Amino acid sequence: MRAGFARFARNRLALFGAVVLLLVLVLVVSAPLAYPNNPFQLVGKPLQPPGGAFLLGTDTLGRDVAAGIAYGSRTSMLIGLSATLAAIGIGILVGGIAGYYRGRVELVLMRVTEFFQTIPAFVLAILIVAVLSPSVPSEIIAIAAVSWPGIARLVRGEFVALGGREFVLACAGLGASDLRIIFRHLLPNCLPPIIAVGSLLIGTAILIEAGLAFLGLGDPNVMSWGLIISAGRAVLRQAWWIATFPGIAILLTVLGVNLVGDGLGEVLNPRLRNR
Amino acid sequence: MRLARYLGYRLLLAVPVILGIIVLNFFLIHAAPGDAASVLAGESGAATPEYMALLRHKFGLDQPLSTQFAVYLLNMAHLDLGYSFRNDSPVLELILDRLGPTLLLMLTAFVVAVLLGSLLGVLAASGRNGWRDNLISLASLVAYATPGFWLGLMMIVVFAINLAWLPTSGLDTVGADNEGWDEVIDIARHLVMPATALSLFYLALYARVMRASMLEQTGMDYVTTARAKGQTERRIIFGHVLRNALLTVVTMAGVQAGNLIGGSIVVETVFGWPGIGTLAFNALQSRDLNLLLGIFFVSACLVVVVNLIVDLVYVTLDPRIEI
Repeated sequence: MRAGFARFARNRLALFGAVVLLLVLVLVVSAPLAYPNNPFQLVGKPLQPPGGAFLLGTDTLGRDVAAGIAYGSRTSMLIGLSATLAAIGIGILVGGIAGYYRGRVELVLMRVTEFFQTIPAFVLAILIVAVLSPSVPSEIIAIAAVSWPGIARLVRGEFVALGGREFVLACAGLGASDLRIIFRHLLPNCLPPIIAVGSLLIGTAILIEAGLAFLGLGDPNVMSWGLIISAGRAVLRQAWWIATFPGIAILLTVLGVNLVGDGLGEVLNPRLRNR
Repeated sequence: MRLARYLGYRLLLAVPVILGIIVLNFFLIHAAPGDAASVLAGESGAATPEYMALLRHKFGLDQPLSTQFAVYLLNMAHLDLGYSFRNDSPVLELILDRLGPTLLLMLTAFVVAVLLGSLLGVLAASGRNGWRDNLISLASLVAYATPGFWLGLMMIVVFAINLAWLPTSGLDTVGADNEGWDEVIDIARHLVMPATALSLFYLALYARVMRASMLEQTGMDYVTTARAKGQTERRIIFGHVLRNALLTVVTMAGVQAGNLIGGSIVVETVFGWPGIGTLAFNALQSRDLNLLLGIFFVSACLVVVVNLIVDLVYVTLDPRIEI
């Protein structure tokens, strides 16, 4: 454990990512403290440039851009994390069943997985949200629905690799049930790569969420970074700051997540260590 | 001849994928809240009651689900994707009209990403852990985290609004009526920013893949052999390693085809590029679900075709592959 932490810390980029991520988490927690008002509330004159009474300026209606970014961090994190967890759940289920039972089940499930990897993911996500009507749960469902195939393939591969090993055969010989073997023995052994790959999924999920919100598929009553950018798009000529700052927030957050994910991957996945 | 047989085999493999998309579309029509007829009619309330009745009859919406699916399948087999009331035109026609600009944008972004990405990957790998490698790695990490649509907006602010070097939106200058080379140059000027915004992510991706692939190949026996023969480093890299490393990038490029289409939706929206993406955005605005379903179907078919082409490129690039 300590060796793992040391390896992580030696990776300066991962450490930088962790610091950025920590700042985002501070923003998530402190948003209601720093900005007690609803971020949709009009607080001043519209289209004020940054640096005046409002740190990052105001938008077309006179809402505080900084407050919007603070509350938007909660939406991004909530959706990014929930969608990733759901995707990991689906991936473990599909990949686990395929890798454990093999045979025809595996063939069918892996074909379905490949299918979901081939089709245009973002278009499907748009379609799902449009069908379910825009809201936070719809976004989570849509992002999870397009993000699980990678995890499923990973889990299947790990299960297949572990399936013939002595400790698994011993368990089966002792009469352990399938569920017990899967959850007590196989899954814990392939958790490290799942965590490494899953952490990278969070970044993708945040990017998809921003894209959906930008297209007007976010919940109209929940502040999000994509929503602010799409509002700022119409007044790009007069007020560059509205669209600029939330984008920087997305960039930094995703960068932080990816760097931490890469760092975790190096620590948790010995096969990647020498790259 | 063998290539033709391989092509036929690959086409056969594409059938389940297309069938899967049809099943998915059918499922989504029925997952939508409300009557399936209102989904198929597009914008709710815009269609006349007569048209709704016609739809119910045509799709057998009063029949059991299995019959409905059979009817739906039959329609798709005839490439009948329905009618968009909002646009007053058949869905397929709408999509095919917009296919050209989208293909132009995607192809440009794709070529730029593969060529420039591979080049950067080679540069990074040949100067491993030097300043060049670090700079390229850092830049690709940032590009990885940048939303394409936001990058597009920022480019508009800098290059169109402040510097006035490039036009903000559209495919060509409206009312300019350019001909010949003037028209080509006009379109190219409009293409620069959308193509850059769309390709940057993939450029970074291919640079990373190429770097890793080059480093992996460098350790191979054939490289040692080439070096023992006394070949120059340049010839080893460009004559041997590069060719093998490119295969990984080509594979990756096929996998990413679907994502490229998704990315082009937001980028087209930003730049008002008159392709499928803008059509999808307008369909979203008018809640024309059936048009969206059609766009999903066509774009998925496009991915299947792209994957087919990539496969063919792959077998021609790598003579070791048995077909």
